[in-house]
Amino acid sequence: MSLWQKHAIFEKNSIVLVIGILVVIAIGGLVEIAPLFYLKNTIEKVDGVRPYTPLELAGRNIYVREGCYLCHSQMIRPLRDEVERYGHYSLAAESMYDHPFQWGSKRTGPDLARVGGKYSDDWHRDHLRDPRSVVPGSVMPTYGFLFKTDLDFQHVAEDLKVLRLEGVPYSQEMIDNAAKDVATQASADSPDAADLAKRYPKVQAREFAGNSGRVSEADALIAYLQMMGTQVDFSIYDDKANIR
Amino acid sequence: MADEHKDIDAVTGTATTGHDWDGIRELNTPLPRWWLWTFYICILWAIGYWVVYPAWPLLKGSTEGITAWHARSAVVEDIAALNVLRGPMVERLTKASLNDIVKDPQLLDFARAQGRPAFADNCAPCHGAGGGGAKGYPNLNDDDWLWGGKLSDIENSIRHGARNGDKEDHEGNMPAFAGVLKPNEISAVADYARSLSGLPAEEGVDLALGKKVFADNCAVCHGENGKGNHELGSANLTDQIWLYGSDKATIVQGIQNGRGGVMPAWNGRLSEPIIKALTVYVYSFGGGEK
Repeated sequence: MSLWQKHAIFEKNSIVLVIGILVVIAIGGLVEIAPLFYLKNTIEKVDGVRPYTPLELAGRNIYVREGCYLCHSQMIRPLRDEVERYGHYSLAAESMYDHPFQWGSKRTGPDLARVGGKYSDDWHRDHLRDPRSVVPGSVMPTYGFLFKTDLDFQHVAEDLKVLRLEGVPYSQEMIDNAAKDVATQASADSPDAADLAKRYPKVQAREFAGNSGRVSEADALIAYLQMMGTQVDFSIYDDKANIR
Repeated sequence: MADEHKDIDAVTGTATTGHDWDGIRELNTPLPRWWLWTFYICILWAIGYWVVYPAWPLLKGSTEGITAWHARSAVVEDIAALNVLRGPMVERLTKASLNDIVKDPQLLDFARAQGRPAFADNCAPCHGAGGGGAKGYPNLNDDDWLWGGKLSDIENSIRHGARNGDKEDHEGNMPAFAGVLKPNEISAVADYARSLSGLPAEEGVDLALGKKVFADNCAVCHGENGKGNHELGSANLTDQIWLYGSDKATIVQGIQNGRGGVMPAWNGRLSEPIIKALTVYVYSFGGGEK
């Protein structure tokens, strides 16, 4: 009886088959997943990456809610044409606080991994209200309602807590001030801006959606868009440090 | 075991699995040859892959394969190869001054060819595919410049942008006059601004008051004649070109709330030769100043 014939044991006993499947998947997991936890380029530490501010996080939640990832990726692959068009390829560390990540797999619209600072807030307002007003060939839906909808950030601290459970280093201070930080970041010249910047370095605080006096969902989304891909300073990033 | 299962199905002539389910037996048809061979070739291909490319993760790093290929170094090599492909022209572009680029037809052609896709990727979303602009986003085809249309001015604007927090950006903005001026003064000065570019004023409007308000409040930046000032980025009000619109309501809105369009800074985001190419490309739209 050759080894090739042994499969009859699996085919005739469902429990043996299930155990066999589990063993095979476990081997696959060990070989493919486990190394990601210790290989250098997947756990690379990069200066500048910080957790999202509560406002950016709220914007990110809107991004997920509206399904932006269905048409926009957030992953510049290390390929010549992508680097030429979008800038430095994405690093794993840049999405280390993303739960879930928004890499996406389809680009009906352009990649957004480095869209932060590429356009003015005004442009984002015009573009979200009516994409065709600035990009005539665009097929993006309009998102004018985001400007009319007040951002519900009463419970934003809960979001931070959940993310802390998942390993995002939010401090107790950040969680306690979450709702206040939303209001601070969405207003220009707030006296608390310095506090906010202490908690979240390089934070941009202003009236992103330009609807003074209130915080709309558009404020949150634009705040999120404007920080995307801006955390790592690539003028000092060592490209070769993690090439093995 | 194989011998035990030599129950041949009478109809098809194929072996069965030997099971009998209430008189029903299952054919044990062998896999098609082509399928099996494809499968074996795939396995061989995978082994070849392990040899050539990085494959098996080990405790430290992974097997390198004979090519030691790495995505991060590969893209660096690809871009270097691209620069070689683009040849010495990129180097000439990097070294030449803007004025030299414009004077050298060959280099100018190259710069414009480089500038066109870069413009489409980075500038067109605001300034339009052909640089035609839109409300709030200046038209780059005309000879009306907020911050100057010389080569050096355009380069400066591209590098540092406007009102974006960059250290050397253009910072002047139109202040809000609501609360500073009375509504009737704002209305009058809006009509006066319209009259500067030859647009008809509303009936019964006090252009004399408008002129006085203009001289007291606006002339500081826009100049006594309303010709604007590149240093401050104040608009020329005497031409027919309106960034936000020439109707009175829009002008009143601008005076009340102020204006201050933001342009991102491209220094660092775009490479040196691309910034030069864009400068020359925009300059060559037709409105470039000497």
